[in-house]
Amino acid sequence: MRRWRYFGYRLVFALPVVFGILVLNFFLIQLAPGDAASVLAGESGAASPEYTALLREKFGLDRPLLEQFLAYIANALQFNLGYSFRNDSPVFELILARLGPTLLLMLTAFGAALGLGTALGVLAAVARNSWRDALISVITLVCYATPVFWLGLMLIVVFSVNLNWLPTSGFENIAEGYEGWERWVDIGRHLVMPGTALGLFYLALYTRVMRASMLEQTGMDYVVTARAKGQTEGRIVFGHMLRNAFLPVLTMAGVQAGNLIGGSVVVETVFGWPGLGTLAFNALQSRDLNLLLGIFFMSACLVVLINLAVELLTITLDPRIQA
Amino acid sequence: MSDAVLDIADLTIGLPPGADRASAVQGMNLVLRAGEVTCLVGESGSGKSLAARAVLGLLPPRVGVAAGSIMFEGQDLTKATPAQLAKIRGARIGMIFQEPMTALNPLHSIGRQIEEVLSIHTPLDRKARRDKVVALLADVHLPEPARIARSFPHQLSGGQRQRAMIAMALALDPKLLIADEPTTALDVTTQAQILHLIHDLQRSHGTAVLFITHDFGVVADIADQVAVLQRGVLVEAGPRDAVLDNPQHPYTQALLAAVPRLVVPQRAPQQPGIVMLESIKARKEYRQRALLGRGRTTVALDGVSVALRRGETLGLVGESGSGKSTLARAMTRLLSIDSGDIVLDGDEITRTPQRLMRPHRQKIQMIFQDPYASLNPRQKVVDVIAEGPIIHGLPRAEAEARARELLGLVGLDPSAADRFPHEFSGGQRQRIGIARALALRPQVLVADEPVSALDVSVQAQVLALLADIKARLHLSLLFVTHDLRVALQICDRIAVMRQGAIVELADTADIYHAPQHPYTKALFAAVPGAAWLQKEAAHAAP
Repeated sequence: MRRWRYFGYRLVFALPVVFGILVLNFFLIQLAPGDAASVLAGESGAASPEYTALLREKFGLDRPLLEQFLAYIANALQFNLGYSFRNDSPVFELILARLGPTLLLMLTAFGAALGLGTALGVLAAVARNSWRDALISVITLVCYATPVFWLGLMLIVVFSVNLNWLPTSGFENIAEGYEGWERWVDIGRHLVMPGTALGLFYLALYTRVMRASMLEQTGMDYVVTARAKGQTEGRIVFGHMLRNAFLPVLTMAGVQAGNLIGGSVVVETVFGWPGLGTLAFNALQSRDLNLLLGIFFMSACLVVLINLAVELLTITLDPRIQA
Repeated sequence: MSDAVLDIADLTIGLPPGADRASAVQGMNLVLRAGEVTCLVGESGSGKSLAARAVLGLLPPRVGVAAGSIMFEGQDLTKATPAQLAKIRGARIGMIFQEPMTALNPLHSIGRQIEEVLSIHTPLDRKARRDKVVALLADVHLPEPARIARSFPHQLSGGQRQRAMIAMALALDPKLLIADEPTTALDVTTQAQILHLIHDLQRSHGTAVLFITHDFGVVADIADQVAVLQRGVLVEAGPRDAVLDNPQHPYTQALLAAVPRLVVPQRAPQQPGIVMLESIKARKEYRQRALLGRGRTTVALDGVSVALRRGETLGLVGESGSGKSTLARAMTRLLSIDSGDIVLDGDEITRTPQRLMRPHRQKIQMIFQDPYASLNPRQKVVDVIAEGPIIHGLPRAEAEARARELLGLVGLDPSAADRFPHEFSGGQRQRIGIARALALRPQVLVADEPVSALDVSVQAQVLALLADIKARLHLSLLFVTHDLRVALQICDRIAVMRQGAIVELADTADIYHAPQHPYTKALFAAVPGAAWLQKEAAHAAP
């Protein structure tokens, strides 16, 4: 019960953050030289000042700043993030269509990195200073130091071009017209390489942090207590130390959720993954400001949500945190 | 002997290369009998904890039994396999530790941690285990055992946690209980209760107890047999009264002589001096802030008035959370107060801005509890001491000369000036701390538990040094301590604090001979070894 009350507090605290993002968003538009009307007028080729003024009136750009601001907030609260003239479609619909693939990619990479990283970290710590520990250290160091785009390209060269095991790019093979399970298997096959490229760095990071955290727990008094009870080493590691050691890893992972979105822009571009990353990249290329700001807002909301989820997990795991 | 439970013979525990000696414990012989408490006494680094851990095979990595045997129920524990040891641990031999907060897993409920012992060693089902846990918690006199079982360690007090640890260690009625300084981290009244509990349970179950401690007061209260360990060598062992009243080995004699007596030393009567430092109705609250609803308020200081006179030593005595340290910090302006006044040498400094505090700071200096944490490890000793005077405008050369001079005053070699803090022992570091406090030529010294982290023999030296310096430099000393014995040794007047207020303030002799407040009486009664110390005092004062 207490947990949910605390979570409620956090939710309340998240609202001003989202509002702050909206405000920032609005003033970013204002900071850009010119406005939507002048951009459109410029693109139409030959526009008279009267036409520009007409456009301004139509878009409400001639009204006072405060009025515009309130209108913007009111719209945003109804998930109306404006219109993308490039794509000739409302921004929110565009984003919604791309949100699924991005979430799939991000959560897969995040979950796999966290899960595998924790497991490898425990393995390295338990087998400290053995060949297994050394091997894991070397692997993490390599993953750590490899740039994502290069890794992506190498994966394509090896597994798609040479071995022909996995598709080079895209989300699914529409031409085959798969249904049901077959479609999901197909998507899974497309997901392997981008997920690996995106998650490997974090996998290495979590492995290292988990190993250090486990080693720190090894010296704790409660571990000696458990041993003095006659508990087996395996049960001590999994029953006692694992959860204690995992908490700092989880905290760090929560903070890094934002970086993951940044990383997905590169990965999605390399693998032609139809997510927010490619959408953002295209919007940037074509100076589609409305769309870009919409994506900015949605990713910010996403980061807030992931942080909330991590927080909920943390208070579930740690009884010491209370409202 | 037939009722011998544990027989330690020629035990030698090797240390890794690079340690200060080759073996932590050297050729130790000790027999523990059923129904008896054996106290293993020694100062820090004597190897007493390692000896205890060796019994359960819980030695840290790279430390191992080099020779000898530990016989328990016909089995040599030094040669037992991990599987054999696991069967004995928790079931036949229980163990409790010094710090019950860290010895319990913070993420598991108390009940689950005790249940674990039962599920490892017994075939009981879940329901039976739960019932047994509640019964065990009731046995150690915890209120509402069912609620305690559901609680997490951080929700209990230190004493309750240690009771839960004892319940866990005694869950399966072991033949032997190893207690590694189980009361050192507890308040004195709680300590008395826990000692009582261990004693009662041990008598009624016929358990043999190996009790590690550094405190002869505790030994006097609980031991049947005493073994004294000096740098890994067992120098003396025997029945309690024989060792306490008639120690044979010079080391035991020295240790016993250093134990602060529960007695007021004769002092020349003093003229009450002028008031140097005063707190007038100081009040300090801590509010726990909550977004919605009311926050909890803790009153750390509840309108405390106290005055320190020139040339006297005033003791602030109390248990943890009594507000004694808060008061000392408030009086030095290291902490701001909500209302009331602090007056230093006639100047009201309650709300003096930090930048105008500098001339006042020179008059009042602090000595801290932890000699390890209170010195910057990257600073040479001479810089540690000279920093204050340099801040106050003394030329560097002069300040350093003064630093070297002060090292002599606190009994350190002047060559110590060019070394780093980590090269010194705890007692030496506390001397450096005192020199640092003296460097500004203060009129008032505030010492916050200056000897609590030190071994008893070092404690006596540092106390003597403080008293000597105070007399020579005509200082006023505000002395914060939890230990009534220490306060009696050094203080002219004692203020007993509880829950942010002074419950009794009187001359040391008066408070000792005729304590007025029930809490003061309770504190005196809880002093470990009170009866023995009183007997000693009677002997010493014919």
